[in-house]
Amino acid sequence: MGMITDSQFHVLAVDDSIIDRKLIERLLKTSSYQVTAVDSGNKALEFLGLLNEDEQTNSQVIQVNLIITDYCMPGMTGYDLLRKIKESASLKDIPVVIMSSENIPSRINRCLEEGAEEFFLKPVQLADVNKLKPHLMKGISKEIKEPNNINNKRKGLEEIDSADRTRTRLNDTIDINNDGLPDLEIV
Amino acid sequence: MNSNQLQHQVLYMRRSLFDQGYLDSEQLIQLEDLQDDANPNFVEEVVSLFYSDSARLIQNIEQTLSNRPVDFSRLDDILHQFKGSCSSIGAKKVKDACSQFREYCNAGNAEGCSSSFQLIKQEYETLRRRLESYFQMVKQAKAA
Repeated sequence: MGMITDSQFHVLAVDDSIIDRKLIERLLKTSSYQVTAVDSGNKALEFLGLLNEDEQTNSQVIQVNLIITDYCMPGMTGYDLLRKIKESASLKDIPVVIMSSENIPSRINRCLEEGAEEFFLKPVQLADVNKLKPHLMKGISKEIKEPNNINNKRKGLEEIDSADRTRTRLNDTIDINNDGLPDLEIV
Repeated sequence: MNSNQLQHQVLYMRRSLFDQGYLDSEQLIQLEDLQDDANPNFVEEVVSLFYSDSARLIQNIEQTLSNRPVDFSRLDDILHQFKGSCSSIGAKKVKDACSQFREYCNAGNAEGCSSSFQLIKQEYETLRRRLESYFQMVKQAKAA
């Protein structure tokens, strides 16, 4: 056919909860993505071939277009996994999204600063998964989002509004108040 | 009951689950939206997983509570997991009971944890009964 279809996008989902893995898998498949779901950061790295120390001779070339991971996991947290991915020459350009049941501003900020593209509050919904498309389509380049919540200018670290459910990173800056513009003050 | 009556029963049971605070309507609808012809039993599959996962977590809590000294940190981890799965299916009352447990945990109050645990088990059993009846009725209505 020669056309790029959604079914070509492969998402690696990482979550220690069996229910959440089933949920995220279904959410992603509904959006026509190919999904591999694993239950730990170590299994994720294994799948990505990172645990095979010699990356050059790693013959298993697995194409992963996006990694979505839970934050709170025993052993390696989602944040640890994010760091390892960003520190890897071969993996650092894969977009990473973090999910968490807890709305903790410092946690969110840390993940976005470390290079996560988005931070989703659990339970993840279809509307959240729809936000993945731009990251998958554009690869590593970032896009400026349409301004929203212009009346909601807040400074510093804030919790995610229950209506927003997600936080996005723009280019190399942080956008905590979700108005589509980089924050000028980061407390 | 005829088909119409069964449908009414389903709606009534569903309404009750929401109104009485057992289930979060938004989350149930989210799950139902993921159901389609290719995955017709998705909601029940998730609920099934919730039952088995909850049984596991309840057993873990039981075990951890019976150890001396009480490992509050471990309890908090287990409750965090339990809360998470409650959120995923919208199990409101069970989730609230978990929150209460966690508060006692943070305060290092073993007795409070024990009594909250009884509440968790109670709410879980009630929810399970209600959900099983509900899905039973849904099946019957579909078959009619």
